[in-house]
Amino acid sequence: MISVNRYKCGYCGACVAVCPVGSLELVESWLEVSDSCKSCGICTGVCPVGALELPVGRRA
Amino acid sequence: LKTEYFDLVVVGAGPAGSITARTAALAGLDVLLVEKRQEIGDPVRCAEGVSKEGLCRHVSPDSRWISAEVRGSRLFAPNGLCVEMSEEMSGSEVGYVLERKVFDRMLAQEAAKAGAEVRVKTRATGLLMEDGQVRGVRIMHLGETRDIRARVVVGADGVESKIGRWAGIDTTLRPDEIESCAQFLVSNIEVSDYSEFYLGKNVSPSGYVWVFPKGENCANIGIGMLGSSPGRNAVSLLQRFVAKKYPRGKILEMVVGGVPVSGPLESCIRDGLMLVGDAARQSDPLTGGGIINAMDAGKIAGEVAAEAIKTGDTTTESLRRYEERWRAGMGAELQRSLTVKNFFLKLTDNDLNNLASSIQGMDVSKMTLFSLLKALFKANPRLLWEIRGIFKS
Repeated sequence: MISVNRYKCGYCGACVAVCPVGSLELVESWLEVSDSCKSCGICTGVCPVGALELPVGRRA
Repeated sequence: LKTEYFDLVVVGAGPAGSITARTAALAGLDVLLVEKRQEIGDPVRCAEGVSKEGLCRHVSPDSRWISAEVRGSRLFAPNGLCVEMSEEMSGSEVGYVLERKVFDRMLAQEAAKAGAEVRVKTRATGLLMEDGQVRGVRIMHLGETRDIRARVVVGADGVESKIGRWAGIDTTLRPDEIESCAQFLVSNIEVSDYSEFYLGKNVSPSGYVWVFPKGENCANIGIGMLGSSPGRNAVSLLQRFVAKKYPRGKILEMVVGGVPVSGPLESCIRDGLMLVGDAARQSDPLTGGGIINAMDAGKIAGEVAAEAIKTGDTTTESLRRYEERWRAGMGAELQRSLTVKNFFLKLTDNDLNNLASSIQGMDVSKMTLFSLLKALFKANPRLLWEIRGIFKS
């Protein structure tokens, strides 16, 4: 599952728009990641602040 | 589960949602406008530039939510060459620079004054579906869930829209269909009364940097880059630009956001459902401007919802008038912007420098963005051959 660095996240929702499986949800000022996350990593490149990270071992 | 009944429920109180709600309420519908944030308009995710003419189609300008007026646009090539365009001619993102925090709340208040019910800190958590028809939304407010049954649902839920996905419309953007953006409100700097745009790979690998005056020696300085661009993220590239160009600037605010540059969805409607604004990917793929398109679409959606509900037919067939009308208004321009954006992404810094120098000495100050492109094409037919199609009408 993708991890969200809450100290970096600007809760803009850009990642939600690119998630191919709808696992991300922006709830006011935090990002919820559901169990359906496949750790594909697409969201990590879209984040303007680099707050999203793949679990160790899944990084390109 | 407690259930409430409305004619129309609008999810999201940005410009698209509030204009939809206002229009529908004025037409006599029983409207609910829900916003998941506890404060409408905050945090801002926008560069705040709009065209005067577009804005005035919907509201009368008011100094409470206009930070600055701009006389035109200045485009800077990678080598610094400047192309200047005057205000009424330079595309939809120039004219006023808004204070969105105040503007968005004013629009929601307009909807409220027209009779719509407004609920903040209220999030849609799913759609109510029956026989493939959208019949309402499930909402959550302060931890309590309830069902809102409505004859039409409008999804104005922005770039992170879920309403369309829940109804089976694939709104997922590829990383190369979204601009990853960051912006600082910078104080203590010299600011012109032009909106400035800086192009070049040295500035943004796949987008541009904007400087929009905000009044009192302040400006919104921001950057957009495609989500598919490898390497440094938007904030770090912006920090580099600001440190170099405005070393004495003081940053009063930081804004981040994603702007759809995909061009519009193939279909924005389902039985009982319409999508408007960024949720429908109606932002301009070239400029990234989305406010006026969102408001234009919201007005049409509100009108079509009222007609559909009055005739008792809220199927896709009936809501198709929304689709036809908004596409007639902005469809061709969005398509053209998409073509031009995709082409410009392929140009090198050297190409951009050559384009800028090819029209030095030519008076482009009264040109529209489109006629500027035409002039560029005339001077550089070989380089721009690929986009010749946009000049046929």
